Amino acid sequence: MAHVAKQANAAHGNGHHDEHHDHEDVKVFGFWLFIITDCILFGTLFATFAVLRGSTAAGPLPSDLIELTGIIVSTFILLTSSYTSGIAVLQMNKGNVKGLITWLGITVLLGAAFIYLEVTEFIHLVHEGAAITTSAYWSAFFTLVGTHGLHVSIGLVWMIGLMLQLKRRGITPVTKRKVTIISLYWHFLDVIWIFVFTFVYLMGVM
Amino acid sequence: MWDKIKDFASEFFVTGDPMILGAQVSIALAIVAIVFVLTFFKKWRWLWTEWLTTVDHKRIGVMYIICSLLMLFRGGVDALLMRMQLAAPQLEFLNADHYNAIFTTHGVIMIFFMAMPLMFGLFNIVVPLQIGARDVAFPFLNSFSFWMFFFGAMLFNVSFVIGGSPDAGWLAYPPLSGLEGSPGLGQDFYIWGIQISGMGSLATGINFIATIIKMRAPGMKLMQMPMFTWSTMASCVTIIFAFPILTVTLFLLYLDRFVGTHFFTLDGGGNPMMYINLIWMWGHPEVYIVILPAFGILSEVVSTFSKKKLFGYKSMVFALMSISIVSFFTWAHHFFTMGSGAGVNTFFAISTMVIAIPTGVKVFNWLFTMVRGRISFTTPMMWVFAFIFCFVVGGMTGVMLSVAPADFQFHNSYFLIAHFHQVLIGGVVFGYFAGLTYWWPKVFGFRLHEGLGKWAFWLWNIGFYVCFFPQYALGFMGMTRRINTYSFDMGWQPLNVVSTVGAFLMGAAFLFQVWQIAHSIRVHKMDANGDSWGDGRTLEWSIPSPVPFYNFARTPQVTGTDDWWEKKQRAEAAGKSVYDMEAAEPLEPIHMPKNSNIPFIMSTFWFFAGFGFVWEWMWMVIPSLIGVIICMIARSFSYNTDYYVPVSEVERTEAALRGTN
Repeated sequence: MAHVAKQANAAHGNGHHDEHHDHEDVKVFGFWLFIITDCILFGTLFATFAVLRGSTAAGPLPSDLIELTGIIVSTFILLTSSYTSGIAVLQMNKGNVKGLITWLGITVLLGAAFIYLEVTEFIHLVHEGAAITTSAYWSAFFTLVGTHGLHVSIGLVWMIGLMLQLKRRGITPVTKRKVTIISLYWHFLDVIWIFVFTFVYLMGVM
Repeated sequence: MWDKIKDFASEFFVTGDPMILGAQVSIALAIVAIVFVLTFFKKWRWLWTEWLTTVDHKRIGVMYIICSLLMLFRGGVDALLMRMQLAAPQLEFLNADHYNAIFTTHGVIMIFFMAMPLMFGLFNIVVPLQIGARDVAFPFLNSFSFWMFFFGAMLFNVSFVIGGSPDAGWLAYPPLSGLEGSPGLGQDFYIWGIQISGMGSLATGINFIATIIKMRAPGMKLMQMPMFTWSTMASCVTIIFAFPILTVTLFLLYLDRFVGTHFFTLDGGGNPMMYINLIWMWGHPEVYIVILPAFGILSEVVSTFSKKKLFGYKSMVFALMSISIVSFFTWAHHFFTMGSGAGVNTFFAISTMVIAIPTGVKVFNWLFTMVRGRISFTTPMMWVFAFIFCFVVGGMTGVMLSVAPADFQFHNSYFLIAHFHQVLIGGVVFGYFAGLTYWWPKVFGFRLHEGLGKWAFWLWNIGFYVCFFPQYALGFMGMTRRINTYSFDMGWQPLNVVSTVGAFLMGAAFLFQVWQIAHSIRVHKMDANGDSWGDGRTLEWSIPSPVPFYNFARTPQVTGTDDWWEKKQRAEAAGKSVYDMEAAEPLEPIHMPKNSNIPFIMSTFWFFAGFGFVWEWMWMVIPSLIGVIICMIARSFSYNTDYYVPVSEVERTEAALRGTN
């Protein structure tokens, strides 16, 4: 298309800034819609877990194997990371790029620590004889918890990419929108984890 | 070495069936021919820059529709093969395995790769134009959705010649679709084909809700939107709530097959009935996802060709939105026979019957719109009549099926087959045909040939009733679905022959449609002003056809429902031309998205990832998934994604398009 190649630089006047802002808003709105779909995705996995809760097929029981202490530690780490991502947004609103990147970095470290603990827990469970193939219960357990973990891992890569962009471009309407979106995502994963913690771990052990 | 290659090839390609061999040869020849034509006419560059990388919603819409018509052809051939096999008792035209594969692919293709893309194609072409927008909310994502659909469909279709078709029914119930029931690769093709195109569908759902909520022209209130836009909204809301369930369900099924988990297995505590619940929690909303836009199309066509405002606008909106909610509470009516108990069955029977109320409201609205209207009997309007009659009868047989105790008799019989074909062909397909003929001139600038369209219309309609009415009777006579043959003593032959004749009439109708399109491309009169039917009511008819890439030269200011009709009336009262009045307004530079090659490349990576998962070739899966991630990062880091069209270019384009006035 001929018009694609042609760039109308002259048109980039001041009058179009509002249009840009509007468009960034549309993207945040779109992300809320995505969160709805992700809620349904986790909802389905929770429902599956609830149905298969008792189906341990004479294999190991969750109450035998799950060690709540480690889970409580990783829960606090993830909740704290949500708090630090909140501080990052506050730094952004102040216009402090350095503070923003630093707090995002702390969030990434906490998220990575959470993933590390989750992987160690999974390895421990497999060693104890509870693998994903052991019974329907453990299939549902690993899929639900693992899907959350996969979401967190994607968030980590995403956040690192965003830090690089912030370093290069500073706080612009576009990067501002991107930070808003990832912090929405991060808080959402935190809420999901609270449900995982309650339904899978607390109710599994009790 | 040679033996190794031969072994591999015999495992890789489907062999030993003359019909499939014929298909393999013709596919190979078609590919060679396409490559030759593109190279000979030096069209590769054109294909890449104008189509494969486009983010223009109108072109994406056209690509969706082309694919869906091709898929209609393939699904239709599957249907005719089945009808041939059933025409007489004890035929050996298709063996049982082949028959299983064919009814499976027929169902999957018709729903996922024919109805869905036809619907998305119409969304893409019509919705931004109806709400006065320059594009959808997320044009890049829109292109991604299309290519995910395209490569998902390719992955599914390739199973027919490579690796083997799925054959466990269109919804692939376990344990049959599990590893022990279906050890072949067909089920994996099924899972990944649907999974990849499903991601695209989900993204489209998000995209169009955002478009409708956030991109409407100034002044257009929600309750002033054209009814097709409302139906798109209802359908997309249903998509974003239903499709994640499908994604999870198929993912769990794949884990059962690939990793050896126990979600739906018979051992290890698995629960196959959970799959059936989950898949229908998506599956029932899915049928409303595809029918709701047809309701919207009907509303537009009826009011245009009756030259009247749609009767009962508010009740129509209410009916659409309530169906999209209630559709989530009816799933268990697909398996009343599961044994959930009287309480559960009663709940689902009543919720199913409740859906008939808003649907009835709609039918009366259409009828009252026609009352005292000045009806013109154009092809789109004819499809409306066909729809209303066929869908009402189909809906009533649906209410019969919703009576749980009676359903124990009808369950999985040909009565059910006739019912859902009546609502899917008589509803979705007829409705979409109405939309396709109605909006065709908007896309290409000329109307389809009316005479040939009416031939196709009558053949479709006669063929439909000849094909499916005998099947209601066959259902009562005890013929169940998915049987590949029957004995002479059953007494089913006469009605089956009639049914087969009807199917071939519909096949002939399709040929008439192909002829209609080919003929209209050769012989046509270009549209004078873009208001192709002369009675356009909504914004899409206010701009030239074919539509310029930026859609609206000036952002329209909307003051009410059927805004374009009102504007024409006002201009007429003032004794001026509505186009001159529009042209008097000043132009501004237009903000547009740039084309991108990332959606195409990323979906290609998804295709190879899916293909690798099917064959369990990790050497293919891992690099492909890395490719997907790199594409996402590349997109995130590119900031140069849009540009402004200068006023001078808009002026030039408009002068060229309006010059014929």
